[in-house]
Amino acid sequence: MPIDLYRIDDRLIHGQVIVGWGQPMDLGFIVLVDDEVAASEWERELYRMGVPPEVGLYFASVDEAVARLEEWRADPRHGILLTGDVDTMRRLTERAPAIREVNVGGIHHRPGRTERLRYVFLNPDEEQALRAMEARGVAVTVRDVPSARAMRLGELVGARSA
Amino acid sequence: MSDGTTPAGPRAIVLAHGAVAEALVAAVELITGRGDRFSPLSNQNLGAAEIDALLRERVDALGARVIFTDLPAGSCNFAACRLLKDRPDLIVVTGVNLPALLQYATRDTGSDADAVAAAVERGGSALRVLTGRPRAD
Repeated sequence: MPIDLYRIDDRLIHGQVIVGWGQPMDLGFIVLVDDEVAASEWERELYRMGVPPEVGLYFASVDEAVARLEEWRADPRHGILLTGDVDTMRRLTERAPAIREVNVGGIHHRPGRTERLRYVFLNPDEEQALRAMEARGVAVTVRDVPSARAMRLGELVGARSA
Repeated sequence: MSDGTTPAGPRAIVLAHGAVAEALVAAVELITGRGDRFSPLSNQNLGAAEIDALLRERVDALGARVIFTDLPAGSCNFAACRLLKDRPDLIVVTGVNLPALLQYATRDTGSDADAVAAAVERGGSALRVLTGRPRAD
């Protein structure tokens, strides 16, 4: 079973991931791809502490994730790969062509970002990076929880090509 | 909201999803008149960094030493635990429910740790299965 969901979510591991997505899909493991978290024992321990013990948890920098992606994709359990920002997912998808679909799950308000949905705010660089992913053949959809309708990126940011 | 017999002002922060914290604190107020022992916060529409900042600001403003959160693997709890790195004197309790908050709100003596221990005991033991069938034992 390949990784079921490649998700951009600035909360990383949280209720929507563990419960909203995780319970219906019988989540077996999470890959958290974030250079800062991967380098911080404190942050890694923080997330280990909160995740249910039956869910495997792997931390990786982008470089490590590229190297180990096929190993995770071959895991028989259901998995979710998370990044906390668009740029990390962009870097990952550029080097890991096996990733064909990306879910934008939550990018919240910050100065410079424009609201696209109540849970998606994007600045111009982030919009451009998402469009570039689509231009490379990665299907970018926007959905916070499984029961919501998956929206195509173009529905949010217009149909301009990358 | 104070009953005049106990110290007024928030002693703890309740940080939870959606309207949960507001609702729990409102229920504490309704039942005991001691809703002012808690300061409710929501993570709604906030990213992780913004939740961290909001919580840190509220803890500093109130001098709170206890934070209740709702979900162990939730962004609220991760924010509270992240704060522990700089504030080891804080106490974080996750899985909060109404019985736990009622116990905490109505305990006027002892340390924060004692009050939290009593709240955890009460909140945990309040979860029960009730059915109409007679018990096997």
